[in-house]
Amino acid sequence: MSLKIVVCVKYVPDATGDRGFAEDLTVDREAADGLLSELDEYAVEQALRIAEEAEEAEVTVLTMGPEDATDALRKALSMGADKAVHVEDDDLHGTDVLGTSLVLSKAVEHVGYDLVVCGMASTDGGMGVLPALLAERLGVPQVTLLSELSVAGGKVTGRRDGDAATEHLEAALPAVVSVTDQSGEARYPSFKGIMAAKKKPLETLDLSDLDLDAGQVGQEGARTAVESATERPARTAGEIVTDEGEGAKALAAFLAERKFI
Amino acid sequence: MAEVLVYVDHVDGSVRKPTLELLTLARRLGDPVAVFLGAGADTAAPTLAEYGAVRVLAADAPEFADYLVVPKVDALQGAAEALSPAAVLVPSSAEGKEIAARLALRLGSGLITDAVDLEAGESGPVATQSVFAAAYTTTSRVTEGTPVITVKPNSASPEPAPAAGTVEQLTVEFGPLATGTAVVSRSPREATGRPELTEAAIVVSGGRGVNGAENFAVIEALADALGAAVGASRAAVDAGWYPHSHQVGQTGKTVSPQLYIAAGISGAIQHRAGMQTSKTIVAVNKDAEAPIFELVDYGVVGDLFDVVPALTEEVKARKG
Ligand SMILES: Cc1cc2nc3c(=O)[nH]c(=O)nc-3n(C[C@H](O)[C@H](O)[C@H](O)COP(=O)(O)OP(=O)(O)OC[C@H]3O[C@@H](n4cnc5c(N)ncnc54)[C@H](O)[C@@H]3O)c2cc1C
Ligand SMILES: Nc1ncnc2c1ncn2[C@@H]1O[C@H](COP(=O)(O)O)[C@@H](O)[C@H]1O
Repeated sequence: MSLKIVVCVKYVPDATGDRGFAEDLTVDREAADGLLSELDEYAVEQALRIAEEAEEAEVTVLTMGPEDATDALRKALSMGADKAVHVEDDDLHGTDVLGTSLVLSKAVEHVGYDLVVCGMASTDGGMGVLPALLAERLGVPQVTLLSELSVAGGKVTGRRDGDAATEHLEAALPAVVSVTDQSGEARYPSFKGIMAAKKKPLETLDLSDLDLDAGQVGQEGARTAVESATERPARTAGEIVTDEGEGAKALAAFLAERKFI
Repeated sequence: MAEVLVYVDHVDGSVRKPTLELLTLARRLGDPVAVFLGAGADTAAPTLAEYGAVRVLAADAPEFADYLVVPKVDALQGAAEALSPAAVLVPSSAEGKEIAARLALRLGSGLITDAVDLEAGESGPVATQSVFAAAYTTTSRVTEGTPVITVKPNSASPEPAPAAGTVEQLTVEFGPLATGTAVVSRSPREATGRPELTEAAIVVSGGRGVNGAENFAVIEALADALGAAVGASRAAVDAGWYPHSHQVGQTGKTVSPQLYIAAGISGAIQHRAGMQTSKTIVAVNKDAEAPIFELVDYGVVGDLFDVVPALTEEVKARKG
């Protein structure tokens, strides 16, 4: 029996580029180059490791995003995923996280799954809540923010390093998991992997394929509205001194002046 | 006046500071009603009352500790449906965000995470957020349902405003998903005796420049002289020099202290994401070109092994 794994990956603006907002106050996806969210590489990596351990497994990478989001899927395929699904529809523009979880839950069900693997957070929105929402929608356990995980005997177990404690978690499959950047370095695609990725199946779905209406998603379906976005004023250049033996004294004087000591 | 639900973050009944900040912010929107889950409600109630809770809805059941997230969502959902509050506020921890998200979905409400400020608006609360590694500040509003909002630590200073804080039992019906994810074991983080990283007024962080686990003693000594928490860059954490729970940045903690001191940290965008909103920023780095200097109020170009210990001595001398 084959283990069906779906990995949710997001195509995001490059964090080292110039990120900003479009006129309608949605994330400007033109301003900076896009790429596979670095935090989702960890999800792809863990999915591939689980698949390698399993007797038989199939790894599908799934994204919801604009046309260029196929770049993220190709990258994941070149790392070793078997096939890809791209949900793309003009009506998706401006979808909030609740809407995204609706679309992805439908797409995950469309593909079929035993295990859904997500990243810990997207590097643009960075809410870190989609995996929990997906579990709620699918009605399956959420085993999230894992630094370590394994799948065996129809169960997923893992370690969650929380704010106050480290927890060992366990749940029966099917389940939704998310993994942190502590879970293990992601592999680089090999040349062979990059070549093979070009021939792997990539399915494109729109809202009607998932039995969804435009009103449930996009800006129309969103339950939050951004009212203003202001660029944070650049911090005014501070004073910089070079230490020639007196640096600590000067710094202490600054801290005293600001009443920290 | 409308009621506002505030989810209480606590350790065995000892209420954590972000909850007091939430109670303070909640008063701008209505009468705070605290939801306390787990053991220790009687210990917590006087503190919650002092900071403005008109009522404390308390529930204790083994499910809260034995299973992940969902039992708490079940409880909060019950409270929200019974009260029809003007908003639900939850502290922005990893768990808090997951609880809030699932609650919003169940209530058919909009969700805002990581607010850094909250005001009453004409059509509901207006939340301020800091996005794209704090390069932008946005204001947002929930347009449907009961607003569910998570608020970051250090977003307000807790102000006492004594209220009744009557403890009432909250009956919870656990749904079929409550027992889905078992917490097989839990080891609480060891107390360091230093302030909590996200709550501290001063944070001293070390990076790759610290060059070894044993050298973090230099950072800790300055932190202790200032009464500060200790942070670390991802490079220092990945090298195994300091625990991951102290990482500051995009994939670590976001801090917003009065004073942030970065020693041996270059100031990569992912690190900035976690500290850029600090009120005063100071850096010690031997490379004058390090990007961290673009952010600082005061910078010292120099070797941290000279500057930091000497600063520690200065601080001790001045504090007497
Ligand atoms: C998806 C993603 C998420 C990330 N999340 C985080 C995160 O949460 N937090 C984070 O910090 N990083 C994060 N990073 C990593 C980030 O990009 C940087 O690699 C990291 O912040 C660098 O750490 P550093 O400044 O300590 O090291 P470096 O960049 O190597 O800088 C070390 C600095 O120390 C100085 N130095 C060396 N010796 C001395 C000395 N004796 N005295 C004074 N100065 C000295 C050097 O001049 C240099 O500027 C993330 C990266 C990615 C891709
Ligand atoms: N548009 C999307 N397409 C596919 N996966 C997504 C999308 N948005 C978020 N995810 C997944 O959900 C995780 C958390 O996202 P977020 O809640 O937005 O921080 C990411 O790391 C991805 O695994």
